[in-house]
Amino acid sequence: MLVFALRRLLQAIPILLGVSLVVFGLVHIVPGNPIDMLMPPEASPEVIAQMKAAFGFDKPLYVQYLLWLLRAVQGDFGLSVFNATPVWGQLIAALGNTFILAILGAMLGFGMGIMCGMISAINHGRWPDKLFSAIATMGVSLPHYWCAIVLVLAFAVLHEYLPAQGMGDDSEPLYHRLQFLVLPVVTLSLIPMGVIGRLVRATVLEILGQDFVGALSAKGLTRWPVIRHICKNAAPPVLALMGLQFGYLLGGSILVETVFNWPGSGNLLNLAIFRRDIPVLQATILVLASFFVMLNLLVDIAQAAIDPRMRR
Amino acid sequence: MSETLELDPRDRGGPAQPMLRVDGLKKYFPIRGGLLNRTVATVQAVDDVSFLVHKGETLGIVGESGCGKSTTARLLMRLMDPDSGSVVFDGDAVGDLRGITVNEMRRQMQMVFQDSYSSLNPRMTMAESIAYAPRMHGLGRKEAYDRAESLLAQVGLNPRQYARRYPHELSGGQRQRVNIARALALEPRLVILDEAVAALDKSVEAQVLNLLGDLKEKFNLTYLFISHDLNVVEYMSDRVMVMYLGRVVETGPVEQIYRHPRHPYTRALFASKPTLDPDRRTTEMPLTGDPPNPINPPSGCRFRTRCAFAEAVCAEKAPALAAPLHGDYDESSPHLVACHLPAAQRAMGAHHV
Amino acid sequence: MSHTTMDEFATGARPAADDVPATAAPGYWKSVGQRLARDPVTLAVTLVLIGILIITIGAPLVTSYDPFAGSVMARLKPIGTPGHWLGTDETGRDLWTRLCYGGRMSLLAAILPVSISLCVGGALGVFAGYAGGLVNTMIMRTMDVFYAFPSILLAIAICGILGNGLSNAILALAVVFIPPMVRVSETVTTQARQLDFVEAARASGTTTFQVIRYHVLANVLGPILVYATSLISVSIILSAGLSFLGLGVTPPQPEWGLMLNSLRQAIYVQPYVAALPGLMIFLTSMCFNLMSDGFRSAMDVRLSK
Repeated sequence: MLVFALRRLLQAIPILLGVSLVVFGLVHIVPGNPIDMLMPPEASPEVIAQMKAAFGFDKPLYVQYLLWLLRAVQGDFGLSVFNATPVWGQLIAALGNTFILAILGAMLGFGMGIMCGMISAINHGRWPDKLFSAIATMGVSLPHYWCAIVLVLAFAVLHEYLPAQGMGDDSEPLYHRLQFLVLPVVTLSLIPMGVIGRLVRATVLEILGQDFVGALSAKGLTRWPVIRHICKNAAPPVLALMGLQFGYLLGGSILVETVFNWPGSGNLLNLAIFRRDIPVLQATILVLASFFVMLNLLVDIAQAAIDPRMRR
Repeated sequence: MSETLELDPRDRGGPAQPMLRVDGLKKYFPIRGGLLNRTVATVQAVDDVSFLVHKGETLGIVGESGCGKSTTARLLMRLMDPDSGSVVFDGDAVGDLRGITVNEMRRQMQMVFQDSYSSLNPRMTMAESIAYAPRMHGLGRKEAYDRAESLLAQVGLNPRQYARRYPHELSGGQRQRVNIARALALEPRLVILDEAVAALDKSVEAQVLNLLGDLKEKFNLTYLFISHDLNVVEYMSDRVMVMYLGRVVETGPVEQIYRHPRHPYTRALFASKPTLDPDRRTTEMPLTGDPPNPINPPSGCRFRTRCAFAEAVCAEKAPALAAPLHGDYDESSPHLVACHLPAAQRAMGAHHV
Repeated sequence: MSHTTMDEFATGARPAADDVPATAAPGYWKSVGQRLARDPVTLAVTLVLIGILIITIGAPLVTSYDPFAGSVMARLKPIGTPGHWLGTDETGRDLWTRLCYGGRMSLLAAILPVSISLCVGGALGVFAGYAGGLVNTMIMRTMDVFYAFPSILLAIAICGILGNGLSNAILALAVVFIPPMVRVSETVTTQARQLDFVEAARASGTTTFQVIRYHVLANVLGPILVYATSLISVSIILSAGLSFLGLGVTPPQPEWGLMLNSLRQAIYVQPYVAALPGLMIFLTSMCFNLMSDGFRSAMDVRLSK
């Protein structure tokens, strides 16, 4: 088991390196100098040369990459081009906000998904199955940014129950600020609910259809132990998908955060793109992707711990 | 073996030259593990296997599961590459620059697999499956399908009924007939039958075996018949080869092997055949010891851990296939045994009628 | 067809034990088609999709306005206004017209990247699956690096760097979809390759290309196509999302995601009109999703032995 975990860890390292290469390389794929994107066109050649040296763009590419990587693992991503504050600080703050949304959205989405999936599977073929399956399918097909707009429409515009945007002031009491959470969290929870719901339904149906479940019932086990048994067997693939979905919630929150003007990492990314703030852009993508890789690693190890067959 | 052996136009060496000569075939499978996925052990699936197949005969290969028979078949067809060893088909080395290529060999040697269902492409009709190889080798569409239909008839299936059917519509025996027809589509000279009747019901098995016999005569075929079923092998073969844990332990004419088996393993194998005849009692010593691990086979003679006669020399040196150490030795049909000890070879064996 | 040869040999051959009726069963793809035709959900969804296709491709025929011409006086009219049955947008352009023309861009941005990734990723995956060994490992490890990015993040990163425009968005999405496509096709090809009939085909001395074309492809195409269809539903959402962020199609081109964004401010004035483009995205995505489900059930029926 330990060997498996270590081996997975070793395998993750080249992936992380590859990710960093992609992130670094993306910026340099564009023809033209990154400096030209940052400088106004009327800047004098001396100023341009100065900026180049300051940013290290005059060195050969692989040197730039190594320097950047070295600084990155220490948390130093330089200064934001837009407001000259350290990138790392901004990123951490923004990540924290996204984390709040992601955790809550995951809890809500997974909880509802599991419930929908179980109800569907147990009532296979009857109307609860069809209803909850339809709900799950809708959750998967929904463009969540549109859903955000509709929810804002319904709860903030037409009937002013909840605030439409933002996170609220620090001055306001906590329970008051919780209102800001409701709409974004509900929006975020829809896709995980759909995805997890469908998987839970399929997995539980498959387990129910297996012979040994019938054997357990024949042995006289009442409902509760059978349900516990189903959970144990359905856990590995569902857990794996949950990990993946959580990664998507973290990394893919940009659209929802844009609609709700929630100051998270997605919003930061959006602003960085429009301001052409390369350091912030690189840092955000690298950190989010690395987190995703580590999350996948944890999920793999957790799966192998539960199901010995997964240990290759 | 048929007396009037008509020479195939592709024949190169005449009846004296063996159809197949296999020398020192080896195949080891690595087992990976540990932190860096290095090779920690090897499964010695086929170890130094050598034998001959004469033109027009049926060579039976017997042994328990895991003895390397199927691996040997796949090595012959080059579905896997051997680690070492040579295969010579009618005088031409396979895969050698001066010999024939693997593809050329495959036009003269074909194989029928055990699982009749998974051997057929579920998306293709019977005629399409049979006609596939001839078409790919250049035969025109109409000619290929005509050949497919005539082959279906040869194996006893009415082409009008069966040509456009799919595998799931046929029974196991019918599918196996189609597999045989497919193997014959390229007009091979040697056919390997890898447990070809193992999955069939007994009555169907008898029909298919008779069919194989008819086809052999009609098309002048040579067979390599692999099976774990001793009775079937006795029925079909002219000569028999016994394998144990990747090595050949005994080979010889079928009557010799079945009536006077020399190797202790062969005798134990026959002793294990269930029989309802109260007059056929065996006085043979049963197999002792645990079945050894193919990953770490015993040194020297691999059978020694289960052999009642084992001595020190058996652990030191692997016995070579040689003539039996006493008694009848017929030059024309050699009986070879891989055993050091005359005592082991001489022990009384069960007699089979 | 001459049967004289058959009669010649029939006397020597043993007849088959069972008797099978003489009618031929339909082939695999035909039976899939039959099952699809009997599935009401898939049929309904296909009809809806065909309808959407018609109104988008045939937009000039079903609309009477210029999608680019707006009139300040006709800004943000509600649903049911005479002459503009779905209202107008923030510059006075007829919404129904914009939706129909916009569908072209949206569908293009949805289907084209998936088609590209199907060809490239599918071929790569089948190749990796069939080749096995070191080639397989190298290809899959490279794909793993791209798998490390959540899809929307990668799409945004590529678009953000390359700039706006439909072609950049299509390229970005194609890149995002190639790794999952490779993974799916590699998995099914590896499974198919181990089946006996593929080994038998290899043993018949035919070339690798022939084996793949005649034996492997027919057996892997099904699952790959099912996956591609489900990817289309994702692609619609992602491509509209990119435009929503300003990274895809540029104004004044009509496109559903873009319209959703530009109508966002109008939510306080004409809430229902503002929600319409999103409804189209949702509807189309859901239809492709259900169609993909239908395909999967139709192909999933195990042929009994």
